[in-house]
Amino acid sequence: MRTEPTGPTIGWDVVRDVSQVLEYHFMVNALLAGGVVAVMAGLVGWMMVLRRETFAGHTLAMMAFPGASGAALLGVPAAWGYFAFCGAGALAIGRFAGAERRSWSERSANTGAVQALALAMGFLFVSLYGGVLGDLESVLFGNLLGVSDTQLLGLTGVAAAAVVALAALARPLLFASVDSDAAAARGLPVQALSISFLALLGLAVAATSQITGVMLVFALLVAPAASAQALTARPLPSLGITVALGLLVVWLGLGISYYSVYPAGFFITVISFAVYLLARLFAMALARRSRERAPAASRPGPRRGVIS
Amino acid sequence: MMMAPQRASSAGAERPAGAHGPRAAVAAVEVRDAAVRLGGQTIWRELRLTVARGEFVALLGANGAGKSTLLKALLGLLPVASGQIRVLGRAAGEANRAIGYLPQRRTFDPSTRLRGVDIVQLGLDGDRWGLPLPLRWGRLGERTRSDREQVWRAVEMVGAGPYARRPIGELSGGEQQRLLIAQALVRRPGLLLLDEPLDSLDLPNQAAVAALVAKICRERDVAVLLVAHDVNPLLPYLDRVAYLAAGRAVEGTVQEVINSATLSALYGVPIEVLRASDGRLVVVGQPEAPAHHHDRHLLADGAGDRHAD
Repeated sequence: MRTEPTGPTIGWDVVRDVSQVLEYHFMVNALLAGGVVAVMAGLVGWMMVLRRETFAGHTLAMMAFPGASGAALLGVPAAWGYFAFCGAGALAIGRFAGAERRSWSERSANTGAVQALALAMGFLFVSLYGGVLGDLESVLFGNLLGVSDTQLLGLTGVAAAAVVALAALARPLLFASVDSDAAAARGLPVQALSISFLALLGLAVAATSQITGVMLVFALLVAPAASAQALTARPLPSLGITVALGLLVVWLGLGISYYSVYPAGFFITVISFAVYLLARLFAMALARRSRERAPAASRPGPRRGVIS
Repeated sequence: MMMAPQRASSAGAERPAGAHGPRAAVAAVEVRDAAVRLGGQTIWRELRLTVARGEFVALLGANGAGKSTLLKALLGLLPVASGQIRVLGRAAGEANRAIGYLPQRRTFDPSTRLRGVDIVQLGLDGDRWGLPLPLRWGRLGERTRSDREQVWRAVEMVGAGPYARRPIGELSGGEQQRLLIAQALVRRPGLLLLDEPLDSLDLPNQAAVAALVAKICRERDVAVLLVAHDVNPLLPYLDRVAYLAAGRAVEGTVQEVINSATLSALYGVPIEVLRASDGRLVVVGQPEAPAHHHDRHLLADGAGDRHAD
């Protein structure tokens, strides 16, 4: 296959294909930023999926809209708006909706109310601003191919801080997530842990959505973690699979988009979805096989109702 | 003070965590004339209760009598309005590290992707900050190894070995309950507070879990205060019972407490206790106390800003 002058083409020589991708500084930065995001979003998302706070994560991602439009209105850097709104959103969900004693449906309804309010504020900011919000498309879909060295450095710093904070909270947070009554009896501050985690989630979302966009950060938060948890119930392998899947999805998506006319975000999201689908199917097949193998006596009995 | 009957002490390695100092002299639980008020309502007052070391005591009473409230007061999660509570020789709330607590009615979402053994492990190190370093040698590796042994000893103790590696959400109610007892047990506590562990189990599982708790009580020399609706599955094993009703409590042996005269005096209305030919006890005529709905909501922050619903 010959290289055409109009653009890069992909061939069967993988080494050549990869080195072709790595020739451009913007592609190297995109791969590095995508990798950093995949690791941070994967780990924070793993806890989010386990805590069943996917909807809270989605709401925090939506905070980018009032964040960006508010920043444009005030004439300050968009990043300030992202961090301010994601932080405020985390506190609002934590105090208003996330209280552990509330029922599951009450919590998700309250989270939804917070999201609606945030979007309304974003709408107000846009109409007050008057002009066309040029960044709107990059708010939604990000600009992975335009990551500067400074941005990459900042992102890495935030990601390292988020991962260290998550590691420090890991065991009490896990305890409070699956078994809040017992954790509270042990003297763990369950409510404070819940708000701390939402703040951490907000930080991760704010940092990543500047670069990857709202849609993409959410795909990276949910899909790798949910896939890994479908595949194994062991915590450490599950975390490892999450990070590996996140990196695979981001790098494969970027690589394909380099040779294609379609945007990277599209491929990354589609591959995330495909990975999740495959993991679910695999887990179903696994469960069926173990059911067929298990003697009737050791089968799980009828389940009791779920109280959350 | 009630003294525990002498029990054969198990192997020396299994000393309960709370068993330091002059242990024979200090009761596991000592409640003296205590009262608890919640949302302007007195749940119980002038409550007296003693649980000696190594003793197996059931806490009985109708719904809303304040049984779970008592356990939370023992854990220091609810303040007493008057009187005094001592747990393992210390003030309520100060001995929690030496208490294994099983909260009321917990089930895990079927989609919870953690194994049974992970749930037990959280009972051991769930309140440690930071992450364990996955070292296999040196002092930290030693700790990881001994932690793992301790977790598996608790798992084996409750007989959950065959399914401890399965995801907790896929297990049956009885299997989950055994693993939760292992979680309460894993730190080798001096006192187990079990809030309705037999609730929502089928009859064979109720009998099996009751026998298991009795075995733990004997072999680990740990005091057990177990909240129950129905005393019958526990009858073969109990040292004493405490019966909570109408804001007060009586304690004593099963024969002393669960009879028509004592319960009628406690409730202030005629109560009849019937004994079936197989030894089972049936209490007839007890009025249901008004349900408070406090029990499950107040744990998260102790003080509680949600009053009676």
